[in-house]
Amino acid sequence: METLRASWFGFEKTWTWYRRNWRATAVSSFLTPVLFLLALGLGFGSQVQSTALIGGVPYLQYLAPALVVVTAVQGATFESTFPVMSQFMWQKSFIAMVATPITPAQVLYSQVMWIGSQLLLRSIVFVGIAVLLGAAAGPGVLLAIPVATLAGLAFSAPLVAYSATLEKPEAFNNIFRFVLMPMTLFTGAFFPVSQLPDWLLPLVWLTPTWHGIELARGATFGSLDLLPALGHLAYLGALVAVGVALGVRFFHRRLAV
Amino acid sequence: MSDLFVNVGWVDNLVEAKALTKHFGSFEAVRGIDVDVRRGEAFGFLGPNGAGKSSTMRMISCVSGRTGGDLKVLGMDPATQGPQIRARLGVVPQLDNLDTELTVRQNLQIYGRYFGMSRQRCREKAEELLEFAQLSDRADHEVEPLSGGMKRRLTIARSLVNDPELLLLDEPTTGLDPQARHLLWDRLFRLKQDGVTLIITTHYMDEAEQLCDRLVVMDGGRIAAEGSPSALIDKYSTREVLELRFQPGAEKPDLERFAERVEVLPDRLLLYTQDGEHTLAKVHEHGVQPVQSLVRRSSLEDVFLRLTGRTLVD
Repeated sequence: METLRASWFGFEKTWTWYRRNWRATAVSSFLTPVLFLLALGLGFGSQVQSTALIGGVPYLQYLAPALVVVTAVQGATFESTFPVMSQFMWQKSFIAMVATPITPAQVLYSQVMWIGSQLLLRSIVFVGIAVLLGAAAGPGVLLAIPVATLAGLAFSAPLVAYSATLEKPEAFNNIFRFVLMPMTLFTGAFFPVSQLPDWLLPLVWLTPTWHGIELARGATFGSLDLLPALGHLAYLGALVAVGVALGVRFFHRRLAV
Repeated sequence: MSDLFVNVGWVDNLVEAKALTKHFGSFEAVRGIDVDVRRGEAFGFLGPNGAGKSSTMRMISCVSGRTGGDLKVLGMDPATQGPQIRARLGVVPQLDNLDTELTVRQNLQIYGRYFGMSRQRCREKAEELLEFAQLSDRADHEVEPLSGGMKRRLTIARSLVNDPELLLLDEPTTGLDPQARHLLWDRLFRLKQDGVTLIITTHYMDEAEQLCDRLVVMDGGRIAAEGSPSALIDKYSTREVLELRFQPGAEKPDLERFAERVEVLPDRLLLYTQDGEHTLAKVHEHGVQPVQSLVRRSSLEDVFLRLTGRTLVD
């Protein structure tokens, strides 16, 4: 209870900041889904012949639930890198926080809470726009909202922990190039992963994006079986838990020296 | 969070450290210091960069754990009661860590929330502190473009949001111009009069002399001396100092017999004596012609030089 309350105060701070600066992030979080859905769903999708492999549905509708997840994981990546490092090194707001009764662990919780709320907001906006553009196959697409938030957090929590160990931002570029980019393109959002070479699949299964896409798309088209669904949720939940546990360690190490 | 604000009882020594040490790997930043800070006093840690002042401050502010020794702050153990202690401390860090993209007022209000204060209370307190920091007319400005002195005042105001019993200031005026420093000192005097206990680290001797009732001189992680500024000067220096400057590279004459003690610095000689003018006259009589001479009162700088053989600010 205590911890939740203290973490909430950290959340409030970022919210105060957001109220002053939301316009800057609004462009990326509102415009991105529109552009992606227009270009890939409507534009590119108009040239795509639907096949049995993608369930025979229009490409736009096939794409939409997966794009919610992909966008959430992308947003999670940005929110978990530079802003975290900045609050240790440039703005130093984490350092200011731990001079008060707030503990390093509570600082981490407030950060993860904040990122989760951002992912939720982005996902709601994305699904809303998808519905408006006729990209929603049915009411099941609404489940893409919590699923995308969870998948985003599953990547965010370990990344926040990692960011807490860094002294220089260079490593972030490698994450964007060599982790985020392939994770966006090759985890089943744009084409079924069955088209990938077999040896690549284990890597795909490691990514939170793939699990999120399986869940979001399955929920949208009602093709989800209980057991695999629980498996995906458990894996994503475990990533969040491990990330938070590491984060608590690394935040403490960084802030309490 | 209410249990954080329970008064755990009145203690006279707000800080009690015994054989306190702090190691970073194999580096010994603090090598066994004994310190007591009494309620109501302004206590200083004076020393050059790297003396262990900031490490000590971080341990007292219950952010950094101790490696060895005993430490009690407000009668509690930082290792187990950190949040409870921090709830009653104010901390002014060496480097400003304000939320520069928020307004002056928001910085104060948000910080009050960190201490679990109600929004209403935060609003009132922010108003009061804006007044104190002389920033009322900037209340709704963003922090980023403010001058260094204003940011510093805001940082101090922010540290007072929880009405702390003990205020910790790490190098409070480093990097400020003289006018901004004096304004800041004035605010700190006011706090002292209000009964707030202050702990200040500084490598400025004038700051220590102005603000501190009592101080320790730190060097290499140890305490070299302890006392009031005037007592330290009495004990480790003479009343006056005659400074003689010579041509660069010129050989400096041996003037030991004219003073109680002579310090040889790269560019000048310091002659420690009870009467500087008199000593100067005798030096002149002796035919020594320095480029420049200056008689001044002894300061903590001289105490430090005596204790460590080095100057404070290089």
